[in-house]
Amino acid sequence: MAKVLVVTSGKGGVGKTTSTAALGAALAHNGEKVVVIDFDVGLRNLDLVMGAERRVVFDLINVVQGDAKLSQALIRDKRLENLALLPASQTRDKDALTEEGVAKVLNELREKFDWIICDSPAGIERGATLAMRHADVAVVVTNPEVSSVRDSDRIIGLLDSKTEKAEKGERMEKHLLLTRYDTARAERGEMLKVDDVLEILSIPLIGIIPESEEVLRASNVGTPVTLSNPNSMPARAYFDAARRLRGESVEMSIPTEKKGLLNKLFGRRAA
Amino acid sequence: MSLMSFFSRRTTAPVARDRLQILLAHERGIVGGKSDLVALLREEILNVIGKHVSVEREKVQIKLDRGDSISTLEIEVEIPSPASPRIAVNA
Repeated sequence: MAKVLVVTSGKGGVGKTTSTAALGAALAHNGEKVVVIDFDVGLRNLDLVMGAERRVVFDLINVVQGDAKLSQALIRDKRLENLALLPASQTRDKDALTEEGVAKVLNELREKFDWIICDSPAGIERGATLAMRHADVAVVVTNPEVSSVRDSDRIIGLLDSKTEKAEKGERMEKHLLLTRYDTARAERGEMLKVDDVLEILSIPLIGIIPESEEVLRASNVGTPVTLSNPNSMPARAYFDAARRLRGESVEMSIPTEKKGLLNKLFGRRAA
Repeated sequence: MSLMSFFSRRTTAPVARDRLQILLAHERGIVGGKSDLVALLREEILNVIGKHVSVEREKVQIKLDRGDSISTLEIEVEIPSPASPRIAVNA
């Protein structure tokens, strides 16, 4: 049965779009049929991170308003045939998204895909609430930093009260994805540790993505990090997280970068 | 404590954790509850005072200090009367 997953955070810039693209590609790589949807009307970026920015013709709002068929708006990924993108509108008003319209599109997608991943905009306004509204599962993307943790706490509150599942009295499945984690800094007491964030937010952990140069490299060229360099630390962490989302039990490893003496002396160079 | 941390600056992550824990304990109560507790208390206290003396809304100062174990809500109401220039109510 299809699952609707929302990738959300409250705070901007923590890695929602990067994570949507990386998890979407990882799930598709494992043979699942995946569609990623951009809910950030007016500030779309999932198309850019996925490398499909020049192929956008129709968007979510066109489909909601009946100006285009779903099949016309879906952009099939060039690298993985079972991965598709439904972009957001860059020009339309975000009020053009209605709850009923979004529900109708999601129901249609449920028949064609195994995973429907909704990339939420930042904030707690209409776009963000609509992205989470019909979700079965939520991935809360958090940086080990005070403002991100506070906003995640707020979003968790909304997931437990303003979603369809919550209103029906059902339990919303929530997972924490800790991104931009720097093990060395956390060990030195300069950054909140995994356990600190888990204790504060008290939702289960789905993955720890290390701070890495690979993430920017991947977005530069418009390829999800799980496809651009599958053996890199962040890609492996995303692959593990994707397997956990599928229900597999994968041991959680805190990413550590092994540095040789020369590396320590001369710092990190471009690989 | 290792020799490394002895020489390095004081760590800041525990401060971040403690600040978050105190803040979120309060925010959860407010967001999850029916309404903003501070606003509710302010309205009710002002209504009680308003029964006996006339109160100007803009002459009301409200301070909140959230602590680990106790929080204080300080409401200062300025009452325009030559006989009693100021009455402070601490709740």
